[in-house]
Amino acid sequence: MENLHINAPFEQKELERLKAGDYVYISGTIYTARDAAHKRMYECIQEGRQLPISLEGNAIYYLGPSPAREGQVIGSAGPTTSSRMDKYTPDMLDRGLKGMIGKGKRSKAVIDAVIRNKAVYFAAVGGAGALLSKCIKESEVIAYDDLGTEAIRKLRVENLPVIVVIDKDGNNLYETAIEDFKRKNMN
Amino acid sequence: MRDVSASIITETIKDMCIRANHFLSPDMENAIHKAVKEEKAALGRQILTQLEENMKIAGEEMIPICQDTGMTTVFFEIGQEVHIVDGNIEDAINEGVRRGYVDGFLRKSVVKDPILRENTKDNTPAIIHYQIIPGDQVKITIAPKGFGSENMSRVFMLKPADGIEGVKNAVLTAVKDAGPNACPPMVVGVGIGGNFEKCAWMAKKALTRQVGIHSETPYVRQLEEDLLEEINQLGIGPGGLGGSTTALAVNIETYPTHIAGMPVGVNICCHVNRHITEII
Repeated sequence: MENLHINAPFEQKELERLKAGDYVYISGTIYTARDAAHKRMYECIQEGRQLPISLEGNAIYYLGPSPAREGQVIGSAGPTTSSRMDKYTPDMLDRGLKGMIGKGKRSKAVIDAVIRNKAVYFAAVGGAGALLSKCIKESEVIAYDDLGTEAIRKLRVENLPVIVVIDKDGNNLYETAIEDFKRKNMN
Repeated sequence: MRDVSASIITETIKDMCIRANHFLSPDMENAIHKAVKEEKAALGRQILTQLEENMKIAGEEMIPICQDTGMTTVFFEIGQEVHIVDGNIEDAINEGVRRGYVDGFLRKSVVKDPILRENTKDNTPAIIHYQIIPGDQVKITIAPKGFGSENMSRVFMLKPADGIEGVKNAVLTAVKDAGPNACPPMVVGVGIGGNFEKCAWMAKKALTRQVGIHSETPYVRQLEEDLLEEINQLGIGPGGLGGSTTALAVNIETYPTHIAGMPVGVNICCHVNRHITEII
């Protein structure tokens, strides 16, 4: 298990060296969006309107944080279940999105789009929102403010710990890790 | 009759919502510490260690353990000799949830209508289960539950002929399907018997029982132990990334049922299984 660092927005060359199973620290600028923001962005794409953020080379963190107390950058900030975004994701990948940070399985259509666009799907540890919030150094709502926790936020992160689940070749850690573990430990 | 004021109910619930979302109960905390020691996979141990650190930061810095501070389930058990004064019960409970979530910087995750989906902005209404019990006390249990795991929960309307093996298969199916989506290690609440809604209610109620406390019915206790072992043989592991800790506990409740049926409810909870009880 290799520990790697990568800057966001991603350089394609850097992204392509990541392999399913790598433990990676992301630093730089990423964006949050979950169910309601995805629905709106998808409608933008369908209607040919401009998206509120550029997807090119960027990563989206599937996150709806809890409110920040005074003196805090953000509240609790862990990943939500990615599969609810599956309907909207292939179109976003085809428009330049390169990374997604969430938790849980993805559909075949998403995995195909990851391979087609040489993108990466990362998992952050679900239910570790207090810990993950410490890696977020700046947070600013930049679109869909009316959605509250579901608004799009621009985050500056330092060493956000994630695990590569689906790499550019479509290797899927959720498919392989369990079998690997069983083979090594349960025979 | 004993008078209990609605405002005390509100204040108690407000405080419980805030505490439940920042401090895991000792049974859950111990279960996670134990899992760190016993987990066989290196990545699994790393994830469980993150969860330990997360609990520490949550308590020390008052950051919710998980950003999904849940839709608030309230089990409200009211003694038949209690008389609520100065307000009605339902409003008092929802006002407690409202103040807890607004004043406690908790996330507001409730939408007013399942189709129209406009956020109520104060996390109300709660899901309230009332029960009338003997005596003159009010027993309140709060379980703020995230929807990552709630979405993976199931009801199986089994046949009597399916027997205990059918129950096991149902639970294992639900856990396998949940996989990484439910934020393992999970706590699995199971309700066997009753009818369609009763088995689901029991499954939710089972999650509020302390981890490590087993059913008093010998065969049910055995089933809890067997299922926990079988679930942990699945290899799903912490975060669904492989390991020996897929569940921390299986809690089962049972109830009489109809000659024609055997309903089984499986309510899956993530490792942030928040439950807190107060007696007024």
